[in-house]
Amino acid sequence: MASTDVEMRVDIDPDRRWEDLYRLLSRPGPSAGPNFFPGDETKELLHNLIRVLVVGAGGLGCELLKDLTLLGFLNIDVIDMDTIEVTNLNRQFLFRKCDVGQSKAVVAANFINKRVPGASVTPHFCKIQEKDADFYQQFQIIVLGLDSLEARRWMNDMVCSLAQFDDDGNIEPGTNIPMVDGGTEGLAGHVNVIYPFVTPCFECILPLFPPQVNFPMCTLADIPRTPAHCVEWAKQLEWDRVRPFGDDTDLECDDPKHMQWLYETALKRAQQFGIEGVTLKFTQGVAKRIIPAIAATNAIVAAACANEVLKLATAVSRHMSTESGGHYMMYQGGDAIYTNTLSHERKDDCPVCGRKAVKIHVHEDITVAQLIELMKEDSRLRLKNPAISVPADTTSGMKTIYNPHVKSIYERTRENLDHPISSWIRSSGVELTVDDPVMATQKQVLVMFS
Amino acid sequence: MLNLLKLKQEKAEQKAGSSESAEGGSKAGGKIIPAAQRRVQKDLKNGIEKNSWCQMEFPDPDDIMNFNVTLMPDEGFWKGGKFSFKFEIPSDYPHSPPKTLCTTKVFHPNIDLEGKVCLNILRDEWKPVLDIGAVINGLFFLFLEPNPQDPLNKEAAELMKDNLPAFKQAVQRSLRPGFGGYSSYGRY
Repeated sequence: MASTDVEMRVDIDPDRRWEDLYRLLSRPGPSAGPNFFPGDETKELLHNLIRVLVVGAGGLGCELLKDLTLLGFLNIDVIDMDTIEVTNLNRQFLFRKCDVGQSKAVVAANFINKRVPGASVTPHFCKIQEKDADFYQQFQIIVLGLDSLEARRWMNDMVCSLAQFDDDGNIEPGTNIPMVDGGTEGLAGHVNVIYPFVTPCFECILPLFPPQVNFPMCTLADIPRTPAHCVEWAKQLEWDRVRPFGDDTDLECDDPKHMQWLYETALKRAQQFGIEGVTLKFTQGVAKRIIPAIAATNAIVAAACANEVLKLATAVSRHMSTESGGHYMMYQGGDAIYTNTLSHERKDDCPVCGRKAVKIHVHEDITVAQLIELMKEDSRLRLKNPAISVPADTTSGMKTIYNPHVKSIYERTRENLDHPISSWIRSSGVELTVDDPVMATQKQVLVMFS
Repeated sequence: MLNLLKLKQEKAEQKAGSSESAEGGSKAGGKIIPAAQRRVQKDLKNGIEKNSWCQMEFPDPDDIMNFNVTLMPDEGFWKGGKFSFKFEIPSDYPHSPPKTLCTTKVFHPNIDLEGKVCLNILRDEWKPVLDIGAVINGLFFLFLEPNPQDPLNKEAAELMKDNLPAFKQAVQRSLRPGFGGYSSYGRY
């Protein structure tokens, strides 16, 4: 009964709801950023004008949605392709047992909208790749609560591509959307504030993340030493050899029958080599590459992310950045506690943010050969023998317009030289990806029709 | 602080029902080529095919993530042979290494009869700074310097260690058309 009262008090006294937050937002302070404007406008910005996108509605996502709405960010979108599983319920607190099987994004949004007065959370039950630039462009801040490198890289690539530049190569203000990336693994985590083309992007610091553990094939085939070797052997070699459920059935890690087969096969192998420790649960962990998830680590990292969002939005205090002493906070909770906030450097040849798009103005009717001539003459490019490609129309791939560097592609694309560029470039502002042996880095060329 | 004035303006325009975005809507469709494919195009410019022992074949020029590489060793045990490898570049390349499969049946200590290849840089020693050219060089090196200490085809490795002349002979036979793998090595 008491707890219900506490919950309701939020509704009863709206004037005092944001009291503490307003104390911060209403007056200047020594730690405020240079462009902080205390007062009602900042409050309006926070509650009404800013739209935040939360990517992922899992362990971090639940925490982020709670933290951000309680901080006053009332307009939020959340995107997640997953559905709720029983094993999520121990830490993803916006979900109940009856929600199992439903969309994480939808259930989380409904819960927050019911619980936090005034909150308007819009769910998107789909893959991040199903949304396009127009969608991502709507947000002023994007927060990532993801568990895979691949999804982070995709988001990073997308957000960096939204930045626009004037003819002098300066960023058009407001087109580089700040992104706060949170991540946890067991007792460790990180918060990384990415301001495209200002701080290093995710691709710049990618080498810092250890690649997925792959075992040497020869170890798997000949001399397994650990229980994990046995499971990997069953998964990578024996499955393809035996095809226990028919030639067309690929291994499906969510299928209990497949897991049982994998477990029994790995166990036999382990016994043969005198290795202990292969259990069904262990097999599932290795095969699905399950990372332990700790609720409290999610809470720590999400809270740090949410505060960065507040600082980015209002400048009430300086946010994590290269100038403020670090854009990357690492949290090591595994052996006592160690945290450090540091800066990395941007990579000049970063394939995502090292690219500085060069604009060239051309007439719509010119041929590919004429376009290449123009690029050879252009003093900013000075190409000799370029390969050129454009993004594909439909899928998230590419189309090669011309590539002289590989014989079999050259033979099939040299006829394109006489075709008009409009066969590939349908509107002004399409971005070409250009490689030339004379250039150390890849160039992006924006073709503008005059 | 985020650009307050601009946000307010946009909000006002939305309320006024103007459908045109404040930016003028010329966002170039915002389409981008995924980073992995941009990286592959970059890898390819280094002229791997300048080596006479290497040929690349792209079945679909618009799909540069899938191609075949044919290696023709000009010295060593496998001199005169032609070995095809299927390359599949994963979407998180170069974070993950390319996937390769030898589609020519070959009698080799480090390549099994199903075409799986044991090469360090394709597994635990892969680094994103390596590129497709490095992988092709690595595969070619396997034909010059096979490593029987770290075998995938145990029979080939043992024969190479125990009886080099017989191994050479077995490799020679395997280069003939129609080689499907040896069923028994007892006769060497």
